[in-house]
Amino acid sequence: MNDWDELYLEVILDHNKNPRNKDELDNFTHEAKGHNPLCGDHISIQLIMDGEEISDVKFTGSGCAISTASASILTEAIKGKNKSEIEQLFGNFHDLVTGSGNKEDLGKLAIFEGVNKYPARVKCATLSWHALMAAIEGKKEASTE
Amino acid sequence: MIDRDIKSDFPTLNQKINGNELVYLDNAATTQKPYAVIEAIDTYYKKTNSNIHRGVHTLSQRATEKYENTRTKVAAFLNSDDEKEIIFVRGATEAINLVANSYVRPLLNPDDEIIISQMEHHANIVPWQIICGEKKAKLKILPMNQDGELLIDNLESMINENTKFISMNHVSNSLGTVNPIEKIVEIAHKNKIRILVDGAQAVQHIPVNVNEIDADFYCFSGHKLYAPTGIGVLYGKKEILDEMSPYQGGGDMIKSVTFEKTVYNDVPQKFEAGTPNISGAIALGTAIDYILDIGMENIAKHEDELLRYATEEISKIEGIKVIGNAKHKASVLSFVMENVHPHDIGTIMDTQGVAIRAGNHCTQPVMDFYSIPATARASFAIYNDKNDVDKLVSSVKKTMEVFG
Repeated sequence: MNDWDELYLEVILDHNKNPRNKDELDNFTHEAKGHNPLCGDHISIQLIMDGEEISDVKFTGSGCAISTASASILTEAIKGKNKSEIEQLFGNFHDLVTGSGNKEDLGKLAIFEGVNKYPARVKCATLSWHALMAAIEGKKEASTE
Repeated sequence: MIDRDIKSDFPTLNQKINGNELVYLDNAATTQKPYAVIEAIDTYYKKTNSNIHRGVHTLSQRATEKYENTRTKVAAFLNSDDEKEIIFVRGATEAINLVANSYVRPLLNPDDEIIISQMEHHANIVPWQIICGEKKAKLKILPMNQDGELLIDNLESMINENTKFISMNHVSNSLGTVNPIEKIVEIAHKNKIRILVDGAQAVQHIPVNVNEIDADFYCFSGHKLYAPTGIGVLYGKKEILDEMSPYQGGGDMIKSVTFEKTVYNDVPQKFEAGTPNISGAIALGTAIDYILDIGMENIAKHEDELLRYATEEISKIEGIKVIGNAKHKASVLSFVMENVHPHDIGTIMDTQGVAIRAGNHCTQPVMDFYSIPATARASFAIYNDKNDVDKLVSSVKKTMEVFG
């Protein structure tokens, strides 16, 4: 057992190495960028929204293992969900990584629980989420916390 | 050589981080403080605390004497002939803003130019951008090569009749390059242009002689020199400081005030409005005593040996690339790891107790130049030793295993 094992779980390392849905969407309806000026990470989220529902999502960009894995898992977690479900999910996810929530109802996203011991890495885990929320709201860029 | 146990002078170094002995290698961001400096602050607040320059009572006189005594120490430390050339500020950032606002801004007209270099800290970029924007002047950038060395042969051709000022760092905080600053100052002066040298990463590593450098302004931050945060120094040639307008108005920077007219105080008080960081200044004096006792030549030699050893060992690891390979470097070892983001390197190393910096180091243009988002940076100080370097190297190897 290493000190970092709770943060860098195998699943996270795998999504970092082989990110899912890392591509451009041809006919996206919404797009927003997230940028963390502290570390230079930038992530762009493209969505196809069918009314209130996300029918497809992809991301591009570069960042650390946590932000890459978070974006990758986000794309898997939100497909088929509607706006209010996603808002709820982000709220729960945010609480989890900042240490005030629990992992119930978070499914695969629960693997980011370890981030709450690393306050400096919260922004890495939430960068793609901020970009996602901005995209849903029709903004071009995410405002960082 | 340094032949005594320096580490035991620094209480913060004597602790475990995540179960491991702390190896502090983020000295370019800020250095730890020796007992002597911490005790100087403690003693000041326990025995001397008072306002300076305005009391007839004993404590005020003692505080004034200690505060001014540091000015004399700083002048000697920089080899300035006149302690009136030493202005206390919050840090190098405030020093640069002071010069930009009080010296350069009044000189600037539309289409005038200011020259900085490609490897500046944001603190030596943004103040110039602000006044250039306001005055419709231009900021020109002296380029560097892939090793992180300035192309100073280009400087002469960049200067024209519109060039009003030059500002450059002595040592780069993200690359470690020691710039040939005497040569740069010589070119500036040959063209009758005044120059500021940002010594924030220099004074703690190499002996600095402002007379030999001949810069018009030189600045540094106390907290990178084993002193507290919130105290720094602007050195300026006396005749230039005399010409300049104040930076901020307030108490202590005046000789007389009526609602019709204010007569400003002489330098350096003209630039020290309000109650300054008295304990910080006094503790800076203690920090200077501390490092002079070890000796700047000894420090330079010790850190140079460490940097060479660390560079050699890190370079042996496959997949590591050192960023910044100037012939003349001080203290800073920036590197990137194939397929691993510096933030992840920083986190894994922290779990091993090794504190390094991961990020753009407030030098985003340097990162853009190398087309990288960030670097991992180890930076050395007087208390680091070969054992620290060995721990750095082993934790870099562990990081590679995790992401391999």
